[in-house]
Formats: sequence, structure tokens, C-alpha cells
Amino acid sequence: MPGTKEIRTKIASVKSTQKITKAMEMVAASKMRRAQDRMRLARPYAEKIRTVIGHLNQANPDYKHPFLVEREAKKVGIIVVSSDRGLCGALNTNVFKSTLMLMREWQGKGAEVSLCLLGSKGLAFFRRLGLPILASVTGLGDKPHVKDLLGSVKVMLDAYRDGGIDRLFIVNAQFVNTMTQKPTVTQLLPVLTEDASDLQEHWDYIYEPGAAEILDGVLMRYIESQVYRSSVESVACEMAARMVAMKAASDNAGNLIGDLQLIYNKARQAAITKELAEIVGGAAAV
Amino acid sequence: MAADSTIHCDIVSAEGEIYSGPAKMVFVPATQGEIGIAPRHAPLLTLIKSGEVRVQTPSGEELMFFVGGGALEVQPKKVTVLADTALRAKDLDEAAAIEAKKRAEEALQGKIDKLEQAEALAELARAAAQLKMLEKLRKIRG
Repeated sequence: MPGTKEIRTKIASVKSTQKITKAMEMVAASKMRRAQDRMRLARPYAEKIRTVIGHLNQANPDYKHPFLVEREAKKVGIIVVSSDRGLCGALNTNVFKSTLMLMREWQGKGAEVSLCLLGSKGLAFFRRLGLPILASVTGLGDKPHVKDLLGSVKVMLDAYRDGGIDRLFIVNAQFVNTMTQKPTVTQLLPVLTEDASDLQEHWDYIYEPGAAEILDGVLMRYIESQVYRSSVESVACEMAARMVAMKAASDNAGNLIGDLQLIYNKARQAAITKELAEIVGGAAAV
Repeated sequence: MAADSTIHCDIVSAEGEIYSGPAKMVFVPATQGEIGIAPRHAPLLTLIKSGEVRVQTPSGEELMFFVGGGALEVQPKKVTVLADTALRAKDLDEAAAIEAKKRAEEALQGKIDKLEQAEALAELARAAAQLKMLEKLRKIRG
């Protein structure tokens, strides 16, 4: 029979753990809402820039920017967006799994893979594979800023320009809803442009200075905005996953407390019965 | 003809919308010099450098926004400023890129962080347990 005191301390410790998980759940819920807002705010910029690219691409069929030209993929670059902190369920694991699948697919085709890692979980996981890591950023926090991502994005874009990589993918968790986060792979380079056939009106912009320079600047910003959007989305996913994980943890703690309470009551009852028996026994002996 | 005397102006950045509303006139610091855009301007696409974007609202107010650079798109009834959130220049970008590379290299060279330390400790404990087990087995057998 375990001592009642031990059970009581155990209950107290589970209760305090439950308090922590409950607090984390609520914090994650409010942070998730804010991250979703940021996702929404980033949308108009990305949409605008996409239409501009579509237009530019259509208006200048003779000029082909390297970012728009498909070439044979011998080397592949992958940007992996993961969280900095754990306790968020299988979120990061799922992202890593689909990254590994993507890597195996390309390695099967004989391509070399190099990585760019955003978030310290990704860094801790992928550095063991011994693949070249071109760039990494950690400690982006709950509010990633474009300026913190610029360096890494530039490394990858430069690698693409110099032929260091022929394709660039980004793998991040996609926010489906609070319960579901799906790892997705998006091709960043070469840029996949939609057919701008819906642009019926035939008019062209005045370009200043030239179409080439503008296309260069706009494409670079487009990629950056995509990476930014991915990392904001990843934060929203992290928070959602953490919220769900912490909810499960709080529920489990509640069950555990219930069970322990039952054991405690039984132990206490047993102790009382025993004491009574002893008293009765003692009285009978006199 | 109220619609003709104003132009809709959107200033958006990757991190959010900065301004959206009608304007009588918009001044933008393009790379080739400041330009003023009045309603029914010809379609134009250009890059802008860091500076201030001034928007004259229909009520005669003048609003100022600082942008770090970006792109400008003009259509007859609409001006869109795609603003950069960060100040950027070639050498600044270069420095950020070098920084990102350096971090990756450091990580690869294996500055032991806490996570890895914990993993190593766990590994050590496992190895110690295995050794103990082996010794016990040896004693029993021999």
C-alpha cells in the first residue's frame, strides 16, 4: 500500500503541470490568432506582385529572366521552415518527413540536394545528414520579419543565379485549420507563372528604367514575400499544433488526477479501517 | 466627375497594408527621380528607392509614408506602391547573406547546443547501462 502522503504530493505535482499546460494552451491560442492575422495581411502584397509578374512575363516574351527559365535539375535547393521551439505535437516531424521524401525523390533522379534551414528544430535535425547547408536562420520568434529572412533568401537566389542550384523548393506546414496542419512543398524557382490569358485588354506599362531591371527587382521581392508568407504560416501552424497538444496534455493530466485521487481515497480508507481494526483488536485483548 | 479627380492609392508591404484610400496626387521617389502621379496617369511600372511617399487626400491633407524601397505600379485609376519593410542596399543585403551563411557553417561545425548535449548525455547513460549489464553477465558466466 503506497503511503498517502506520496500520493498527495504526486497529485499536487500533476496539478501544477496541468496549470502550466493550460496556460500554454491559452497563450498558443491567442498567438495563433495573431499569426493568422499576419498571414492575412501578407496576402494583398503577394497577390499584387503576382499579377505584376504575370503581366511582365506576358508583355516581354523576348526577354527571359533566369528565374523564369526551366533548366535541367542537377542540383536542388530546399528551404525548410520549422519552429524554434518544441512541444507542438508532430508538426516539425511531419515537415521533416515530407522534406526527406522530396530529397529521396530528387536523389533518386541523381540530383544533389542542399538545404536552407529556417528555425532551430530543422537545423538540429538536418545537420546530422551531412548535406550541405547553405544558410540558416534561427530565433525568428513569433513575429518573423522580412528583414531577418532576406540574408538566407539571398544566399539561395545567388546560388540559383550562379548555377549552385537549379531548382528551389520550400517545405513548410500549411495551415488548413486549427486541428490540421499539412506539410506542403512549393516550387519557388523557376517561378511558375500562371497563364495571364485573362488579361484581355491589350495595353502595356511604361517601364522605367527597363523591363529587365524591374523584373529582376520584382521577382526577388516575390520570392522573399513567398518565404515570408511561409514562415508566418508556419508560426500559425506551430501555435495551433501547440494549442492542440497542450489541450490533450491538460486533459490527460485531468484523467491522471482523477485516477490518483481514487487511489488516494482507497489508501486513506484502508488506513482508517486498519487503525480501527487495531483499536478493536486492542480493546478485545484487554 | 468626382471619380475622375481622384486616384485610388494602395501602399502595401509584405507585412501588411500601410494605406489604402483615394488621393488627388501621389508623389513617389522613383529610382530615376521623384515622380508625381495624378489621376488618369499612363500605366507605369518602376522601381522606387528609399524615401517618402506623399499622398494628397481629396480633403487637401498631405500624408507622408516612409518606404525603404520597392516597386510602383500605376494604372489609370489606381496606384499601388509595393513597399519594402526593410531598408535595403546592395552591401546591406550582402552582409545579411554572409551572416546567414556563417550561421549555417557554425551549425555544421557543431557548436554543441543544449539539445545535443542532452542527447549526448542520454547516449552516455545508455552506454553505461550496457557496460554494467555486460559485467553482470560476465560474472554469472565466469
